[in-house]
Amino acid sequence: MRLLALLLHRLAWFIPTLLGLLAVTFVISRVIPADPVALVAGETATPAQVEALRHDLGFDRPLPVQFLDYVVRLVRGDMGTSIFTRRPIVDDLTHRLPATIELTLAAMVVSVVIGIPLGVLSALWRNSLLDHTLRVVTVSGLAIASFWLGIMLQLLFAMRLGWTPLNGRLQGFPPRTITGFYLLDAALTWDWTTFGIALLHLALPAATLAFPALATLVRFTRAGVLDVMQSNFVLYERAMGLPRPVIIWKYILRSSLTSTVTQIGLLFGILLAGAVVTEAVFDWPGIGTYAVNSILRSDYNAVMGFTVWAGAIFIVVNLLVDVAHSLVDPRERTT
Amino acid sequence: MTNIWFVLTRLARDRSALIGLVLIGGLILTALLAPVLSTHPDDVFELHPSERLKPPGPAHWLGTDRMGADVYSRLLFGARITILIGVIAVGAALVIGVPIGLVAGYHHGWFSDLLMRVSDVFLAVPQVVLAIAIAQTLGPSLPNVILALSVTYWPWFARVVYAETRSLQKEVFIESTGALGASPWRLTVLHVLPNIASPIIVRASIGMGFTILTAAALGFLGLGPPPPTPEWGRTIAESREFLPDAWWYAAAPGLAIFLTVMGFNLLGDGLRDVLDPRLRRGTARDG
Repeated sequence: MRLLALLLHRLAWFIPTLLGLLAVTFVISRVIPADPVALVAGETATPAQVEALRHDLGFDRPLPVQFLDYVVRLVRGDMGTSIFTRRPIVDDLTHRLPATIELTLAAMVVSVVIGIPLGVLSALWRNSLLDHTLRVVTVSGLAIASFWLGIMLQLLFAMRLGWTPLNGRLQGFPPRTITGFYLLDAALTWDWTTFGIALLHLALPAATLAFPALATLVRFTRAGVLDVMQSNFVLYERAMGLPRPVIIWKYILRSSLTSTVTQIGLLFGILLAGAVVTEAVFDWPGIGTYAVNSILRSDYNAVMGFTVWAGAIFIVVNLLVDVAHSLVDPRERTT
Repeated sequence: MTNIWFVLTRLARDRSALIGLVLIGGLILTALLAPVLSTHPDDVFELHPSERLKPPGPAHWLGTDRMGADVYSRLLFGARITILIGVIAVGAALVIGVPIGLVAGYHHGWFSDLLMRVSDVFLAVPQVVLAIAIAQTLGPSLPNVILALSVTYWPWFARVVYAETRSLQKEVFIESTGALGASPWRLTVLHVLPNIASPIIVRASIGMGFTILTAAALGFLGLGPPPPTPEWGRTIAESREFLPDAWWYAAAPGLAIFLTVMGFNLLGDGLRDVLDPRLRRGTARDG
């Protein structure tokens, strides 16, 4: 029962936040520009076309009515039509979403699998050579422009060494669509050649995207483990003469890694934001590349559709992380 | 004055903060002295077809770009744009965010809740996503990039100031000043604000790095100041079609962004250690 109350409580914040996001995008797209219709119509539209579109879109009505209409349309999944692909923007984005999620998840796996052990090691061996090296790596990870890192990786591994493909998601035919994730689909259909090719295509963009997230994770894990190591109960266990491996594995890691779990959820945000630019560098056919192409073609509706879409995904993920965290951490459940 | 001196000497003792100070000092000097330090100051906006894509050498330290302009000289002038974007955008975010945080933190009521909910919406979405939407709406130019960045960054200041103000309200000296009859205005500006300056300064330093990184990304996506402005992010985007041969063209501006952002991050970490002993590195929140 308490869980249900918690879920309702979180949902009660979720809907206003989502409406807030829509209000912000509404202001950006309808109130700020001098003539929003001209933006939507594109640069080639004639004045008569613009006027016709103004009436069609209902932009000649009062702003509050427009906002209501905007929200209702979005709830129905109508984001308008792309002036370039001539398809509903929702279809374009839905079609491209699996590619973005596959890339984001791959980067998440890389950063978690590498970042957490490194963070733990660097806390256990504090002020060792490893710790100092890792500090340089984490400081760099948060300072490097991901698009530049991506280009440098392409330069080295794809152009000079020829180990990986330069860009794209796959050469040749994609595996039969089951989930939309190429790696998973290839594995499910037992097509290991395609799996290998897809993995090679994924390597550089995933590494690029993972680097800043990895740096964040190393920092947090290290801080969390150090925090617990200096706590009274660990001091007590040491004084009681418990063997070091038992203290580390059974007590320190277990209590320090719960907070890291929340961090993993927050990472999704860093990764999603990074994906926009990383996808553009590697021509990865996800929603980031779609947004960038729409910017270049001045496809205004598509850019705004992307903003709403990405923002909404982000808010949903935050909600899920919140709920998951309360399930994992019993202390949260009482609040 | 003694306070500033105290902070500076403490910063100089911290190795990474010192590196940060040196990097930022270098950046500021570079920006100020760009016409003096550059080897080809006139090249920045001019076309020299015969000099296109020359590798680094004695005449062009970092090679030349697709226009035949000296990459090194353009980099120096680009530092001016970077500083301009960072300082104005973070400054504007500060001017918007701090008062909002103070008001929302000091007063309890629906208006405070509303202000914080609005800032939560901005914090709930990655900065670059909203900045893309705003920059695209307004069109690519330097003032619009700055506007997009400040509009999306103020909630960070509002958050910090709000939390600090709320916790400070329980302090006895604030309560007693209020009991002595100080107006809310006097209380917040003369008593609350000076006591929460440290976290604001730390946030501003880290925010500079973050904002410069986002600005470079906007430039890379074509939403920054239009060519021939020597903006670093755009330069990297321009260089892509000449890879892998003209590697210097892409490598140089990326390194410049890296060193700049690292400078602000290291300084921010160092400032946090010196100004906010509760969060000192080396104890619990090591990093």
